[in-house]
This record gives sequence, C-alpha cells and structure tokens, in this order.
Amino acid sequence: MAYIPIADQTDEMHDPQSFITKYIWSQDHKVIAIQYGGIAILVGLLALVLSVLMRLQLGFPDTFAFIDPADYYQYVTMHGMIMVVYLLTALFLGGFGNYLIPLQIGARDMVFPFLNMLSVWVYLLSVIILIASFFITGGPAGSGWTLYPPQAITEGTPGSDGGIILMLASLAVFIVAFTMGGLNYVTTVLQARTRGMTMMRMPLSVWGIFVATILGLFAFPALFVSAVMMFFDKMLGTSFFMPAMVSLGETLEHTGGSPVLFQHLFWFFGHPEVYIVALPAFGLVSDILSCHARKNIFGYRMMVWAIIAIGGLSFIVWAHHMYVSGMNPYFGFFFAFTTLIIAVPTAIKVYNWVLTLWEGNIRLTVPMLFACGFIFTFIHGGLTGIFLGNVTVDLPLSDTYFVIAHFHMVMGVSPVLVLFAALYHWYPKVTGKMFNVTLGKIHFWATFFGTYAIYLPMHYLGIMGLPRRYYTMGTTDFLPDSAQTLNANITLAAIWVALFQLIFVYNMITSLWKGKKADPNPWEATSLEWQTPDNPPCHGNWGAELPTVHRWAYEYSVPGVKADFVPQNMPAEDVETIDGTPYKGHDG
Amino acid sequence: MSGDSLTLSQHPDSLVDDWSDDKEAFHVPWGKVMMWIFLVSDTFIFSSFLIGYMNVRRTTTEPWPYPSEVFALELFGNNVPLILIAIMTFILITSSGTMALAVRYAHFKDKKKIFILMCATAAFGASFVGMQAFEWTKLISEGVRPWENPWGAPQFGSVFFMITGFHGLHVSCGVIYLLVVATKVLKGHYDVKGDYSIVEITGLYWHFVDLVWVFIFAFFYLW
Repeated sequence: MAYIPIADQTDEMHDPQSFITKYIWSQDHKVIAIQYGGIAILVGLLALVLSVLMRLQLGFPDTFAFIDPADYYQYVTMHGMIMVVYLLTALFLGGFGNYLIPLQIGARDMVFPFLNMLSVWVYLLSVIILIASFFITGGPAGSGWTLYPPQAITEGTPGSDGGIILMLASLAVFIVAFTMGGLNYVTTVLQARTRGMTMMRMPLSVWGIFVATILGLFAFPALFVSAVMMFFDKMLGTSFFMPAMVSLGETLEHTGGSPVLFQHLFWFFGHPEVYIVALPAFGLVSDILSCHARKNIFGYRMMVWAIIAIGGLSFIVWAHHMYVSGMNPYFGFFFAFTTLIIAVPTAIKVYNWVLTLWEGNIRLTVPMLFACGFIFTFIHGGLTGIFLGNVTVDLPLSDTYFVIAHFHMVMGVSPVLVLFAALYHWYPKVTGKMFNVTLGKIHFWATFFGTYAIYLPMHYLGIMGLPRRYYTMGTTDFLPDSAQTLNANITLAAIWVALFQLIFVYNMITSLWKGKKADPNPWEATSLEWQTPDNPPCHGNWGAELPTVHRWAYEYSVPGVKADFVPQNMPAEDVETIDGTPYKGHDG
Repeated sequence: MSGDSLTLSQHPDSLVDDWSDDKEAFHVPWGKVMMWIFLVSDTFIFSSFLIGYMNVRRTTTEPWPYPSEVFALELFGNNVPLILIAIMTFILITSSGTMALAVRYAHFKDKKKIFILMCATAAFGASFVGMQAFEWTKLISEGVRPWENPWGAPQFGSVFFMITGFHGLHVSCGVIYLLVVATKVLKGHYDVKGDYSIVEITGLYWHFVDLVWVFIFAFFYLW
C-alpha cells in the first residue's frame, strides 16, 4: 500500500478562508488550543468563585445567610470536579497539548484535525451540561467531587435529583471529548515528528503531555463505566453500587450492589488523574527551568524514564485513597508499598530540577518565578504525601484538613503555578505580544505567599482532627477556639489570592492590545516552537519546509560556543565557536 | 552523547531502532496507530464493565440465574441451551473471516471484491444485532428488566442489558463504518492516493468487536 511518513508528505496546505473556518470551526491546532484554554480558564474562574464562597462559610459561619448547608456541599462538589477535570485536565492536555505538541515536534498540525476540532466542541458541550446543573431545581450535585454512592444518588443529598444526572452525563461527554483529542496527541507524537526529531530529542513538555494522555486514555474508561453504572442506578433503579438500605424511613428498592466497587472504579481513574495533571506540569516546568536558568536540564534521560515510571506506577496505587473504605485491610500493605515507590522517580525529578538550577545563569523572569515556586510547593505537598501513603498514619488523618492541605499543595497549587509559568512563558508566542512584567511579578508573589497562608495552617487543623467537608465546626472538646481563628485567617488569605488572580486576567487581556510586540524568541529558547518563520505561527506552522532537528532541546551555555543557546534546528556548521573549532552537538 | 548526524535506521527490523528513530515510531499509516490506541482504550472500558459485573455477581445477596437455562430456546420440542448465542457467536466469527478476506483483496486493490466482502461482513454484523434484538425481546417478554428478573439477582438483568447493549452498539457502529468504507472503496475514493489502508483499519475495529464478544460469551454466558 502506498504510504509516506507524515514528515515526508508534500501535500499542499488548504488554508482556511472564511472567518468561521479560521476562528470558530477551526481545524488548526493552535486555534483549538486557544479555544480549549479559554473555556477552561473561564470555567476555572467559576470554580475559584465557588471556593471563595465555601471559604466564607467556613471562616465566618452563621454570617452569610445565603449559604445554607446544601449550597455549601454543592460548592465543594462543583469546585473539586471543575478544577480537577474541566480546568486542569482540559488546560494541560487540550490547551498546552494542542498548542505545543505539533510545534515542538515539528509537525504542521495534529494527524486528524477534524477529530481534534470535534474534541473541543464536545468539551464545550460537557461544560454546558455541567453549568446547566446550576439552573435546575435542586441545584448541582452536592455529594463531594468523588460522587460516592449510595449517598450521591439517595434522596436527602443536595442535587441527588437532577444535579447528579447532569454531572454524570457531563463526565461521559467530557470523556468522549478527551478521547478524541487524546488519540490525536498520542498518534501525533508517535507518527508525525519531523526529520531528526527522535523520541529522545523531544522536549520534556511533549514527553509529559504524551505520557499523561496515555494515562488518560487508559484511566478515563473506568470513570466512564462507573458514570454509566451510577446513571443506571439512578435512572433505571439498577443496583450496581446500591446495597439494600433504608433511607428517610423507607426501604429502598435496591439490593445487593457494591459501593466499594464504585470507589475502586473511581480511584482507578482518580489516581492516574492526579498524574494526568502532574506529568504535563513536570514536563512544562522542566523546559521553563532549563531555558531561564540557561542550562541544560539535568539528567534528561532520567527525566524521561521517571515520567514513564510514574505513569506506569500510577495505575497500581489507587486504593491508597480507600484505606478507610472497608476494603480488605491486607490490600493496604500492597498499596502503601507501591505508593511509596512512586516517591523514587518523583524525587529523581525534584533533584534534577534543583540540579538544573545549580550554578545556572538564572534569569528571574515571571515564568521562572512561578517555576521555582512550583519546586517549593511540590516538595511540600510531596512530603505530606508520604504521611498519607502509610496506612497507619493515614487512618487518623483521613478525611481531615490535612488531606485537603496535602492534595491542594501537590495537585492544586503546584500544577496551577506551572500553568501560570507556562501561560506567561508561551504568551509571547501565542499572541505575539509581551505581557506586563511588573503585574506578572506582583501576581506571582501574592499567589505564592497567599497559597502558603491558606494551606500551611490547614495541616495544623488536620492534625488537630478538624474533619473536612463539614458545613460548620460547631463546638467540640478536641478543637480549641483558636481553630476557628485560624479558619477565619485562611478565608482572608483565600480571598486575597482570589483577588490577585484578577490581576492575571487583566494582564492577559489588556496585553493583547497594549502589550509591546514580542520578539519571536524572547526567552532565547532552543525548542522548535520559538523558531517558526512567523510570530505567532501561521496555519501550517513552518512555511514551505518542515524544520530539520539536529540535536536535543537543551543546548544552553555550551562551552566554546559564542551564543549562549543553539536552536534545535540550526545546522552544526552555522554554529559559531569561540576558537573556530567545529561544533559538535549534544543529545540526552 | 552522540554527534550531530543521524546514524539511526541501520537495522530497520529492530524494535529499539524503530522507537528511537525520527519521523515515526511505527512504520505504518497514522490511522492504523490511532485505531490501535483507541482499541486499547476501549479494552479498558469493556474490562471495567466485565470486572464490575464479576464484582456485583459476588456481592449480590440473591442467587445468580443459571445462564444455560435462561438462554435456552425450545426447538422441535427440546430445550437447547445457549443455541441462539452459539449461532450468534458463529456468525460473528464468520464475519471476521470475510473481513480478513476483504483486507487481503485490499492489497490487490480489487474494488469489487473488497466491496462484496465488506458488505457481507456488514450483513453478518447486522444479522448478529438482529438476533440480539430477538434475544432482548424474548427476555423482556419473560419479565427480565434492568432492575429485576423472575429468577434471582436483579444485577443479572442490569449486567445483561448493559454489556450486551454496549457491545451491540459497537457492532451497529461497525456495520455503518463498514458500509461507509465499502461504498467509498467502490466509488474509487481511495484511488486518489492509492492508499487502501482504511480497509485494514476498519478490519482492526471489526476483529476487536469480535474478540470482545468472545470474552462476553465466556464470562457472561458460559460462567
């Protein structure tokens, strides 16, 4: 059969002509990336508002009459689900995956642009279904983002009528959207690399997104299945997850289902989901640190293998979320063991980031500040993970504020700091304009210290035994009054952080027309996306000819070379050396 | 650390070399790679369904109905267990044979034979779905519902409708997919580039749907 590798195909590009095919029903990966990113950031801002409402109630109970317990649980649920799935997953993979994969591997577009376009529109549909649940009787789902049955679909739980149905439908639709995008990302990385771009020359951003997408394609099916089964339990009265039970004085029709089965399915998705969010962050931050420290990433091969190892291990640790679920206690040993093993590749990555900074020529730009902030928050959240991974330590800490502090540090704050770093880093490429640096720095310091002000005290509250997800603490013997003072302070810090995000939004929007025209390669980076003939890149990315890659993406401050960086696509004979000796490139 | 020039691809048969090569990891059209990845992802969906089924079969408090009695047909006065399922399985596996022949003729770009064989495959698939509809009708008329059935554990009906329904949906989509590709083959759509790999890709999907049925057959009907 006649078949030519994508990198060798010479078909003419069909440039979109009308406004609609260019910007709305666009099949260009860059436009799709911006659409994904825009929707994700908007819905993320909604989740931010929900978190502030939630904190208002916790910090100042009995003050805000408009927040009743049902509202509070709905804020908690929607905040969690939106942040994890509709913001972080969509922005990292749909946004950055779409934008960076073809540009960083030297492709003209994704392999199947039409499917890619469908992906973003189906994603929008899932967001609309989710948001619609705010406007129905009974409101959105209020069972916590983990949606545990039987309580999620039993009368008495907020949103157990319509909210949970829309939530499950929205998740199923989201998974369809993700699969359409994800197939593209993985296949593009495997099959559409340009001449000279071997897998081991890919920037770590691509590696992180690539492995995370594979995790998504294998983990989301479990969520899909559990959503379908719970949907049937709710709509048809089946008993997959519903045991025989008495609710509000009535014996329900259900019998013989297994609530723990849901937890197993949910966390078989849920734990890889943590790494679906974390691995792209690991990748992006590696590139940003290396570029702004003007130094090659330390241990590139180890970084790649660590990403792969973390991805593989993430499928066999899920039940560490379930130590108190009533599963067989012997499982705890196995899952604690695998959980703590993950610390090894993760620690390799952290050491390598720090060693990348070591003796680097660090430029404290806005992206670099966020990237360095990430190392702090990630070490912090990672260390508390060791506590929670151990069964005996986890049992008293389970379902307390310690858990909230842990996962917000490790998969809330850390990936979000990387998101900011990446948004600032690639903003000049995406828009062709430079953002306001002063506002960016204010945004960083306020966010960085603010998040610590929020989450550090939560560790203390958790060790004291303050349970999570409670509408109000009331008075108990084991909690001193100062706990409430701490809670009020956390709320103030949360409002502070939320307000400073408006600076970020303001900066991103106004810089579109007020910002200075950006240099095509303002950070003097080596990877391919900064070497495009146009800035921002046009449809087809590379003009007449695809770039040829000669080395890895981390050729910074090479001894003997005049310039302090060598782009990946610059032929060796064009590289000027100080003493005139021929230049030899490097690989990982 | 290697130098500037590429010295890869000297042993094109080696897996390691393929993976460390530039341009592409597998020397096949991208559509085939994408279909494989999709099928692995879909495997996770069916596996989750089957594992969920095995789990509720263990947790349910009522006895599990005996499949060979439930799925028996009365033929000529005898109760023949699983006869319909056996015929359905036979038909589906036969359809894999016609599909494989279609892929063979795709190598020779024999449009007429591809068209006939793919249509035959689609016809086998459609008759499979038809027999499944017959089975659903029979069970529904006997009182099986997703939430209850006359013989025991209510999960029996839930699992039956959910898993065979999801598989039947895959077969139905496959029939449409086959017919679309077969029509395009006949119209010469793939002669423009001389690339008939879509026939093989469609075949991958079809064989997968067959394979899944074998597992459903083994785990649901025979167990």
